[in-house]
Amino acid sequence: MSIRSHFDKNLAQLKQMLVDMASQSENAIKEAMFSFFNQDMKKAKQVIARDYEIDEMEQEIHNKALQLITRESPVAKDLRKINVAIKVSSEIERIGDMAVNIAKSVIQIGKEKPVKEFGDILKMMELSLDMVRDALTAYYTEDISIAYQCAEKDDEVDQTFGKLVQKFLSYTPQDPNGMNQIIQLAFVCRFIERIADHSTNIAENVIFLETGERKNLNA
Amino acid sequence: MTITLVSPQIEVMKMDSIQEKNIVYQTSQLNLWYGEKHALKNINLDILENEVTAIIGPSGCGKSTYLKILNRMIELVQGVKITGEILYRNRNILDRSYQVEELRTKVGMVFQKPNPFPKSIYENVAYGPKIHGIRDKKVLEQIVEKSLRSAALWDEVKDRLNQNAYSLSGGQQQRLCIARCLAIEPDVILMDEPTSALDPISTLKIEELVKELKKEYSIIIVTHNMQQAARISNKTAFFLNGEVIEFAPTSKIFSNPKDKRTEDYITGRFG
Repeated sequence: MSIRSHFDKNLAQLKQMLVDMASQSENAIKEAMFSFFNQDMKKAKQVIARDYEIDEMEQEIHNKALQLITRESPVAKDLRKINVAIKVSSEIERIGDMAVNIAKSVIQIGKEKPVKEFGDILKMMELSLDMVRDALTAYYTEDISIAYQCAEKDDEVDQTFGKLVQKFLSYTPQDPNGMNQIIQLAFVCRFIERIADHSTNIAENVIFLETGERKNLNA
Repeated sequence: MTITLVSPQIEVMKMDSIQEKNIVYQTSQLNLWYGEKHALKNINLDILENEVTAIIGPSGCGKSTYLKILNRMIELVQGVKITGEILYRNRNILDRSYQVEELRTKVGMVFQKPNPFPKSIYENVAYGPKIHGIRDKKVLEQIVEKSLRSAALWDEVKDRLNQNAYSLSGGQQQRLCIARCLAIEPDVILMDEPTSALDPISTLKIEELVKELKKEYSIIIVTHNMQQAARISNKTAFFLNGEVIEFAPTSKIFSNPKDKRTEDYITGRFG
């Protein structure tokens, strides 16, 4: 038994809580994306209704982290583990919020026939979902090479975002509903781009956790 | 353009302020044996003035031994052999021509347990200056007040200076010992686990005092309390089995140490 086996067990629990939260959040994005492509109102409403679960998980992680700081006086990598758990849980919570935002746009668009093709939105969604998975795998395995790999994909997401927004905003719809749809599509692109940014932030935190050094991967 | 012009200037300023700090103790290739036991191995440490330097490490790692060399108290131990060099203000204190009395007027020490003399509070503080030949009562009173104020004890004892020092609490006794040490106006204060016998509030008072005292003195403190080292010191040296494993700014040691052994020790994975 190591000298701090109780503390180690608690750190492992904290990590597991974060992994569970991440999986819930990843699911929320997938369902939001599904509801978008299938104009599935029911699914979109479910995503919105379940967001409170992710928020609660974040609070539990913060409480546990503060308890460990108070009781165990962590230093060095132990302290970084707790600090990163707090930071990453907030990024994951924001990812959950983006899923909710997408779902709200889905409801705004409703069952109306799309006025414009979605174009590369699917590609962008897949890419950001990939980034979320990379970032979380990097966190789970504490492998910084996966963290860098995650951040490398962000440029492609940004470029696709730029092109898509330009494409949607350059189109002049004939009726007010069409205009609303175009705005919502531009919003959805923005939400997906934000998911990619939050993933990059998680990757930065993994690098800090492992090296103790801050890297700006969004530059 | 402005930014590129400004930042190198700031860098130059930082470099200047680093260079301005003088070295108080320069330890080079120091080795010490207790009989056959090699207790300190090739120690190289530079201790700067007006800083608090903490020495941490598990029991028996050599940290107290190192502290005792700095005022040559180690000479009281039989069968000790020392090689290497310790320069105090550029003079080798291990040189036989260096008078130990002269060294100890410059280097005060505070021990683990408060050890006041069985005399009055006043006499405890005035003792050192009297030994150094100060007889003028007014001057002595001034020294006693100044020392007690510096040790953050004056307000608590000013009305009972003639009471026996043993009437004070443990924390007050330790601050009295610090005042006694300050009365001879030393340059360096060595502290060997100065709070390990004190309650948490008295400990925090001593820690606050150390932070104040470093403005005028250089302080080297051996402590088992790692949070204490993190709270009060500028630099920390981690000793293990008679070697200095890592010596770096305290914030670095406690946030991102270079050596795995340091990380394992400060996070409580061994020791």
